[in-house]
Amino acid sequence: MSGPSTYTPSNGFTRWLDSRLPLLRFMNDTMVTFPTPRNLNVWYTFGGILTFCLAVQIVTGVVLAMHFTPTAAGAFDSVENIMRDVNYGWLIRYVHANGASMFFLAVYIHMFRGLYYGSYKAPREVLWILGVIIYLLMMATAFFGYVLPWGQMSFWGATVITNLFSSLDQVVPHMGTAIAHWLWGGFAVGDPTLNRFFSLHYLLPFVIAAVVGLHIWALHVPGNNNPLGIDVKGPQDTLPFHPYYTVKDAFYMVLFAMLFAVLVFYAPNFVGNPDNYTPANPLATPAHIVPEWYLLPYYAMLRAVPQKLLGVLVLFGAIATLVFIPWLDTSKVRSLRYRPMLKPFFWVLFFDCILLGYLGSQEPQATTNVFGLELSDLLLARIGAIYYYAFFWICLPVIGLIEKPKPLPQSIAQAVLGSHAAAAAE
Amino acid sequence: MASTIAADQSTRRDFLYIATGAVAAVGVAGAAWPLIDQMNPSASVLALSSTEIDISSIQEGQQIVAMWQSKPVFIRKRTAKEIAEAKAVPVASLPDPLARNANLPDSAPATDANREIKPEWLVVVGICTHLGCIPLFGEGDYGGYLCPCHGSQYDTAGRIRRGPAPQNLPIPPYAFEGATKIKIG
Repeated sequence: MSGPSTYTPSNGFTRWLDSRLPLLRFMNDTMVTFPTPRNLNVWYTFGGILTFCLAVQIVTGVVLAMHFTPTAAGAFDSVENIMRDVNYGWLIRYVHANGASMFFLAVYIHMFRGLYYGSYKAPREVLWILGVIIYLLMMATAFFGYVLPWGQMSFWGATVITNLFSSLDQVVPHMGTAIAHWLWGGFAVGDPTLNRFFSLHYLLPFVIAAVVGLHIWALHVPGNNNPLGIDVKGPQDTLPFHPYYTVKDAFYMVLFAMLFAVLVFYAPNFVGNPDNYTPANPLATPAHIVPEWYLLPYYAMLRAVPQKLLGVLVLFGAIATLVFIPWLDTSKVRSLRYRPMLKPFFWVLFFDCILLGYLGSQEPQATTNVFGLELSDLLLARIGAIYYYAFFWICLPVIGLIEKPKPLPQSIAQAVLGSHAAAAAE
Repeated sequence: MASTIAADQSTRRDFLYIATGAVAAVGVAGAAWPLIDQMNPSASVLALSSTEIDISSIQEGQQIVAMWQSKPVFIRKRTAKEIAEAKAVPVASLPDPLARNANLPDSAPATDANREIKPEWLVVVGICTHLGCIPLFGEGDYGGYLCPCHGSQYDTAGRIRRGPAPQNLPIPPYAFEGATKIKIG
């Protein structure tokens, strides 16, 4: 899709550089003249927004690390020192902490967009899988980061998540416990655990940045998918990336930054848990342990299963399922705009994930009133988890075979401009 | 001078390739192991392996929590009623039929007698065998412990009775030292 390069060096220096390291040519071809479908909507701006989020997290994180003490004795106090005494420390920490939530908000929109418009289908399978890897790395990084302030939720969240590995005791006796001790560097979460989590929390964002590079590379080979889900057929279907999409991305980035600012300046603890302002206490588990909101659906699935090892498998299986989507979907049509049968199932999945998130935030024995019926959250979580799996492993392969898609438009230009103008543009 | 070698015949060069590759593989594994093993508990962590606790002040129906290997250990003086309740449970009805007592063989059944050294003293590692939370004393339907995280319930012998936890609360290696002290580890 990128085609032959259209870059022409404009002066002696750029000609000299171009024959030695064609960096300017690369930037021109990927960020200026890159032919991009002319019909990308607002949901396609989240790739750029996510790059912005990663940059914000790295910049604020590097600064916070200058003031943070990664020891069990010093971590909590050093975070309070950042909040109270370091110049603008409160701002930088609130941006970093809420930045994680904004990052996940953006990535979930980005993922649902990919699902809706079939962006995972050939020839974009590798692009999709790289995205799943980035998502996994994000979850690991967020988890390590949440442990660092060494509050009660940090400590007990770390305890519960690392103990997921002890379920392997049920496969090979003592193996799970050995892995847990190896992760902790002791017999429980403690000083060595905090120190290594800090090391990894600093490392992983740069790994994410590297995989983002591969993700964009894999995007630029076939080019963008688009809301119609049909291939670009020629120059009349595309626009140069700059200025059309640089400006569009920037506009929505500003709107996103405004929402971000509302969170940071008016409700900086809205997504946080008050228990994390209590220093970690290895002798008292808080009455109600919950992960951060972006992990709640998986937590609900873990709790929906009464058996420990199976619960852990259901949790990891829910994430691993994402890798197989390109081959589970049997339909040739990408966009759900032309898939009337799958579309309602997609929206049920969307609300199913929100329901699971809600259930994950509730206490284990809670009940929820559904249209006057008092149902146990456990039952609802089981239904939710079953639907999540059923959507990917049953709906995607079966509906792709039996569905009659709506007729696809001839071309992007014709759909966007009308057949008359499209002919003129040709 | 020129000699041909049959395709199925191994040569001196093949041998050198395989030998070099094997040395490289051993070298990579040898270099990786210190990088992996450094994450295991260090010598200073392992050194803190035993602790002595004074139990003379604990009254019947109470428990204290001691720290052993940075894990909480419940030391509970059970009432006659609690002992009787624990003894009345048939082992066959337990989700985990093993005693999980470090002072007994691994195959010992989870009878109440196998869960204590002296019947009134219950000594267990106070970490839920599900995902590591600290169970709450005296709560739940069985009068033992209730885990606040995912609702596992233990009886007055620290045995799992209901909920997602797979095993009884483990009993650490310990011994009484006179009437007022126990040594854990």
